[in-house]
Amino acid sequence: MHTFESKNKSREMKEKAIKMALIVASTISILTTFGVLFSILFEAIAFFELRSFWYFLTGSVWSPGQVDSQFGAVPIFTGTIMITLIALVVAIPIGLGSAIFMSEYASHKTRDYLKPVLEVLAGIPTVVYGFFAALTVAPIVVKTAAWFGLEATFNSALASGVVMGIMIIPVISSLSDDVIKAVPDSQRKAALGLGMTQGETIKDIVLPSALPGIISACLLGFSKAIGETMIVVMAAGLRPNLSFNPLEDMTTVTVTIVNSLVGDFEFNSPETLVAFALGLALFIVTLGLNVLSLMMIRKFKEKYKVNTL
Amino acid sequence: MIKRKKNHKDNPFYDATLNARHRKSKRFKKFTLSSLVFSIAFLVFFLFDITSKGTPAFKQAYLKVEVTYSELSKKSYRKAIERKYSKIVSRAYLRTIPMMIEENPQLMGQTISTWVIADDQVDQYLKGHHYKLKNKDRALVDQMKADGNVELRFNTIFFTNGDSKSPEFAGLNSAIIGSILTMIITMLIAFPIGVMTAIYLEEFAEDNKFTQIIEVNINNLAAIPSILFGLLGLAVFINLFGLPRSAPVVGGLTLALMTLPIIIVSSRAALRAVPDSIRQAAYGLGLTKIEVTRDHVLPLAFPGILTGSIIGLAQAMGETAPLIIIGMIAYIPDAPSSVMDAATVMPAQLFTWAGMPERMYVEKTAAGIMVLLSILVALNSLAIYLRKKFEVKW
Repeated sequence: MHTFESKNKSREMKEKAIKMALIVASTISILTTFGVLFSILFEAIAFFELRSFWYFLTGSVWSPGQVDSQFGAVPIFTGTIMITLIALVVAIPIGLGSAIFMSEYASHKTRDYLKPVLEVLAGIPTVVYGFFAALTVAPIVVKTAAWFGLEATFNSALASGVVMGIMIIPVISSLSDDVIKAVPDSQRKAALGLGMTQGETIKDIVLPSALPGIISACLLGFSKAIGETMIVVMAAGLRPNLSFNPLEDMTTVTVTIVNSLVGDFEFNSPETLVAFALGLALFIVTLGLNVLSLMMIRKFKEKYKVNTL
Repeated sequence: MIKRKKNHKDNPFYDATLNARHRKSKRFKKFTLSSLVFSIAFLVFFLFDITSKGTPAFKQAYLKVEVTYSELSKKSYRKAIERKYSKIVSRAYLRTIPMMIEENPQLMGQTISTWVIADDQVDQYLKGHHYKLKNKDRALVDQMKADGNVELRFNTIFFTNGDSKSPEFAGLNSAIIGSILTMIITMLIAFPIGVMTAIYLEEFAEDNKFTQIIEVNINNLAAIPSILFGLLGLAVFINLFGLPRSAPVVGGLTLALMTLPIIIVSSRAALRAVPDSIRQAAYGLGLTKIEVTRDHVLPLAFPGILTGSIIGLAQAMGETAPLIIIGMIAYIPDAPSSVMDAATVMPAQLFTWAGMPERMYVEKTAAGIMVLLSILVALNSLAIYLRKKFEVKW
């Protein structure tokens, strides 16, 4: 009796230890998020102690490394938004179109072949896209622009934007595809039964039902495009440029972060610390977009009671 | 019987716009198809473009010249070959001659006709690319070619050498080893933590606030741009913990945190796919929760967990941005021997080459991309194979 009890006790201890280890492991993911947030936040605060917070958000002169260096990030923000918008203009119609074809028109067999092809696009490393954008797409953009009598630079926003758009096609198509498939079949049958054509059924019935999920997919693509680094580092410009002409060179938040950190400045100089201020802005925006995207998809799930998404 | 012409006015359901509506429907279908075709066409064009740029790099021009191994050439490596060849033979190769004499003293005093690596401009000229050669040197190369003293051989240097300032002498070797070291660190950290988190969330956790916070958090972690992990690595691992810059250990830690959500999500899916009847049967036999999980649920879920981890590994392998931030783009000619040495990884090496002015680096970058993509394809195929092989239909 006694031995049995003691064995049981040691076993209990062991079980408790294992459970504790599991809990500790799960907290690491939380620690990471806070680690990212705080490591960026503290250095960003150090930057804002040196330079004005308001000028960073609203100023339009960016002149690091000069005697009276100024850090107005507006031209960097607009550059980021321009390139991201170009990416979305490419990715949303193509991604959504592919998703509609795969979920509504393609047979199961074709679907099984097509889906991996799109996933290959997601698996290509971004440095490879960057190389492709800089060496293949950028010259094409310059030549095409010249053909129309326009002048484009070799690091135009258009080249990096288009390639970035292609990169986020699978982000948008994969989630949209799942959402469209989750729309109950009864809706399609009812619409077809009332004499709608297949195109009308999709456009007027299925897509509006799937809209929250589709918006969610687009927000996710948006967030991914804003945070994308390699394509813009390799193919976009370095010069902060407050312009809305996609044929000009522009820089983005991520490019500026990389350039501030690989430069020769001291770590505590505002030239380096500004990377963390930009990182903080990036963190807040991408996290906000992600939370918004999760909220939209939850709305969709609750409406149609799907749990597979 | 009067034959009446069929008139759609007799049909009360006739819709005059019907044909137009059908055409519109067909147009819509064509639009969706064309967007899919565009994606596939892009992929084909992309692969074709990279392959056509990269394939020439797997060949390297060699020249047959007389190499003199003497005291003089040991002191001044340029004297090892005839003066007229000095512009067309690889400078980086000549620099290795004193070392070769040191290693093989019996070479001393001999003049041997050897195949040596050609300068990058000669290589580009022979491949028909843009080149910068003086007419005199070009004529010499043409002459040597006519004599059969020029050859394009398989480029072993590309796989055996590290980075070099001379493009013809640059290879992927040190980057491949750097990648392997970094990936080992990444998986050593991300795999156990990821699987443990998944086990906790799927098998042990009750549905309370703590669990919900973890779940929301994992979702958010997956959405954080990779470059911000680089900032974390710089601020925490390098500045706070004092780990060496550019080292695989820092890169591995940073990438591990990025890979974590992928492993957690796929492991959870694999654990969830194990039917409850297995657990209930095990409980029924008197096993404890830990025994049930360890001996029955986990082995059944393991192929799925492995598949997800390999996919996570493939993704970490192609990641560049955070590694640039922590300085893994340094010039690394020799392969790192430990995880604390300065190193570079394959994608970072490609990034460095892509920014070089010499035309030959473009070729090498594209060839490096082909190597990297082949490794990623191999990893993903392995994942698919494992999934297919061990897939259990309950």
